[in-house]
Amino acid sequence: MAKANLMDYEKAISLFEVVIGLEVHVELNTKTKMFCGCRNEFGEEPNTNVCPVCIGLPGSLPTVNKKAVESSISIGLALGCQIAPTGRFARKNYFYPDLAKNFQTSQYDEPIAFAGALDVEVPSGKVFTVQIERAHMEEDAGKLTHVGGATGRIQGAEYSLVDYNRAGVPLVEIVTKPVFGAGAEAPELAAAYVRSIREIVRALGVSDARMERGNVRCDANVSLRPIGQEKLGTRTETKNVNSLRSIERAVRYEIQRQAQILADGGTIIQETRHWHEDKGSTSSGRPKSDADDYRYFPEPDLVPVMPSNELIESLRAKLPENPADKRKRLAGEWGFAEMEFRDVVNAGLLDFIEEAVAAGAKPQAARKWYSGEIARIANSEDKDVSELNITPAQVAELANLVDAGKINDRIARTVLAEVLAGKGSPEEIVKAQGLEVVSDDGALIAAIDEALAKQPDVLEKIREGKLQAAGAVIGAVMQAMKGQADAARVRELVLERANQS
Amino acid sequence: MTELIKKTASELIELMHSGEVSSVEITQAHLDQISKVDSQIHSFLVVNAESALATAKDVDARRKAGEVLPMLAGLPIAVKDNLTTVDAPTTAGSKILEGWIPPYDATVVTKLRNQLMPILGKTNLDEFAMGSSTEFSAYGPSKNPWDISRTPGGSGGGSSSVISSFQAPLAIGSDTGGSIRFPAAVTGTVGIKPTYGAISRYGLIALASSLDQIGPVARNVLDAAYLQDVIAGHDPFDSTSLPDSLGSMVEAAKAGSLAGKRFGLIKQLSGEGFQQGVRNRFAEAIKLITDAGGEIVEVDCPSFEYAIDAYYLILPAEASSNLAKFDSVRFGMRVTPEGNPTIEKVMSATREAGFGPEVKRRIILGTYALSAGSFDKFYGAAQKVRTLIQRDFANAFSKADVLISPTAPTTAFKFGEKVADPLAMYLNDIATIPANLAGLPGISVPIGLADEDQLPVGIQFLAPSYKDGLLYEVGAALESTLEGIWGKRMIDFAPKLEVN
Repeated sequence: MAKANLMDYEKAISLFEVVIGLEVHVELNTKTKMFCGCRNEFGEEPNTNVCPVCIGLPGSLPTVNKKAVESSISIGLALGCQIAPTGRFARKNYFYPDLAKNFQTSQYDEPIAFAGALDVEVPSGKVFTVQIERAHMEEDAGKLTHVGGATGRIQGAEYSLVDYNRAGVPLVEIVTKPVFGAGAEAPELAAAYVRSIREIVRALGVSDARMERGNVRCDANVSLRPIGQEKLGTRTETKNVNSLRSIERAVRYEIQRQAQILADGGTIIQETRHWHEDKGSTSSGRPKSDADDYRYFPEPDLVPVMPSNELIESLRAKLPENPADKRKRLAGEWGFAEMEFRDVVNAGLLDFIEEAVAAGAKPQAARKWYSGEIARIANSEDKDVSELNITPAQVAELANLVDAGKINDRIARTVLAEVLAGKGSPEEIVKAQGLEVVSDDGALIAAIDEALAKQPDVLEKIREGKLQAAGAVIGAVMQAMKGQADAARVRELVLERANQS
Repeated sequence: MTELIKKTASELIELMHSGEVSSVEITQAHLDQISKVDSQIHSFLVVNAESALATAKDVDARRKAGEVLPMLAGLPIAVKDNLTTVDAPTTAGSKILEGWIPPYDATVVTKLRNQLMPILGKTNLDEFAMGSSTEFSAYGPSKNPWDISRTPGGSGGGSSSVISSFQAPLAIGSDTGGSIRFPAAVTGTVGIKPTYGAISRYGLIALASSLDQIGPVARNVLDAAYLQDVIAGHDPFDSTSLPDSLGSMVEAAKAGSLAGKRFGLIKQLSGEGFQQGVRNRFAEAIKLITDAGGEIVEVDCPSFEYAIDAYYLILPAEASSNLAKFDSVRFGMRVTPEGNPTIEKVMSATREAGFGPEVKRRIILGTYALSAGSFDKFYGAAQKVRTLIQRDFANAFSKADVLISPTAPTTAFKFGEKVADPLAMYLNDIATIPANLAGLPGISVPIGLADEDQLPVGIQFLAPSYKDGLLYEVGAALESTLEGIWGKRMIDFAPKLEVN
């Protein structure tokens, strides 16, 4: 497959207005599936969490998971949506082997939540309001593994395996209205929007929200229209882009690809496209038209969902703080510089720092550790900070040990490495390995005396006002104490000594 | 002792309770009858003699030990083959499910097992219950015991013929547009479609989910009541099942009365265009009802005119989706074409080979009715008719307690008479379909033989939703009046089957 010609990004933005639309699927972390009692569990032996309902055996009937309905309502409320007083499920009919019944039980013209809005901040600090068209409940399909064939896709595969463990897992699909006006920041906005959704569902506790497991999946619609043109351009839908970084890259790629085609006088084909992480490009999937006929009709096996006002209000009362509001509040409470705060947000470190602060760390200390040493280690190991073997509480412990003068920065870095290696908590490691700084003045004074004996002129120099002369003694003491001394205290003791004599 | 197989279920229950007859004797008597006549009638797709007798033995032993047993313990029963059973293949009359043994029992089957009822076997039906004659069964038709050149009605012709040929005292049917009531009418038996949701559909292989309802097939009204009482009730596995009990049907049947009730004669189903013998018996039944103190009022249901049209859009639409799961991937038949076929080719070849003509006809019709551009015109319009029919019923029930009509326009028809003409076949259900569209209950009770062919005729009573008891009350009263006149039961008029 020849790589498409891409227009220079700046040029593309100068010629075209970018319109994006995002469909985010959130897998709920309910104990059981959407329409049956099978466990909703990731990563188990294929086809073990299945029953007559979720593999669509003849005669079986669905029943609605109450918790999933509540989670969906909570998501709708958190997105500022209205909640439908009565919502029917609908069948979306199409044949595909991962779809046990050859229809997906979804919602069509009566979504549980509709007409919301979400403020999304992009890295430049600009805030865009993304209009939410709807959020509806549906079930996930099974997972296909295509064996043989070059592409790993169903076409050309020798055979395909189906795992129905995921079939019937509850999903909430959140659909935006077309988003205009993001200009060159459209890719960043797409990623920031998905990050916000992830933060919200994580804060709600309704999803594990792990993109690498497909808990949050994004389909990104992109279209371009010449600047000044009213009519929307033809859109493509890039499917299942599974990391924030990929979303940004995929949208950027589509902008550049489409711009070049349009500039060359070509036309954009309305189609789904697949994102290839390795190549950093999208390729053509199946053609998709608005006339795709799913023959939706109301699901006759389920009665409509009719959430009471009491239920809706009780869920509303339990909503956690909106992530944007929370950021504003924390920025004030923590007193970070604006740039410091934005860096923390963009690096995805906010939640960790918040937890570390909650565990007793000073905000600046927590920030310093997370955006410094910890981020550096994560980077060098090509991991997410969440994958490192250290909890925010342990980071707080570490920072507080330094603050209390029990260890110094250099030793703290050693302790961090030991924590990451699974040797225990910072305090345990400090204790077990005897890393605590020597705070016994007696031991320090003995070491100072020994050092002064070797450098008898130091005290005289200090008395003459050359305080930097103390450095040589401090260095010698620290060396003698193998670094486990509080250098500031040593300095104090040396100066005291000079004044006494 | 009169032959055990000629007894009603209620009589058999008493005989077992008093210890005069064992469940094994009763079960064996029916199994013997099955061996004798089913080669002619073909009511059963599978007979499960061994497991039926095992259940019977268990019941007898437990009864002997003084254990308190469920009401219907030991009473054998036949089950329509569109209900899943773990111990017998479940085919729904289709080749595509040939040999499929489900891993789970339908809720109704579980209830029968909890009652310790020996399940004799699975009865024949038109493929996926699509038809009015069993001629669309992939396994050959069932015959009408009154005249084996005629059909026993459909789709539940297996269950109706099993009762009228004394192969079982009770049977389970399912009724989507008349599949219990029509076969009952043409075989001189009693069939009830309860209120939608009164009996769980879990494990019933769906035809049209919003219309399907399981119900009893029996020799008389009281027998049917016994069965409904044990299979009804809310099921957490079927969210469309009713939350509350509709009360005891046995008590309603035992309290049978016609006096003081208003019977609405449906103008649109009063017999115009119906077979003369059907009209004559119906007129006599009306006279008996009046004589017994019932009042006859005429009710107008103008939208019934569109009932068949609406039904044949809603049913195929739902069926086209319900039947999509038959794709060879997880269960059932698989046809793999030559070469290196794609999954679409395998699905398509399987469905081509596995489905019969009526099923394909309705899938095509339903797919079309739901497609973009047709949806409003067909499915949407049909749903509006459905609402109008419900409104007609509401009006009618403001004037009458129960509505009456002949169950079917004709007596049993001959094999081949209508199979080539789908529209003529669909018209059999003209009187039964409105109840399914409105979700309300209906019963067919035998009212005699038509003059011209000496074949059974049935009357249909319809009641408002949740008032199934009313049907048992009036049905049992009319039945007992007629039996008083005849001096025997309807079923006893049936010609004796020739034994090959």
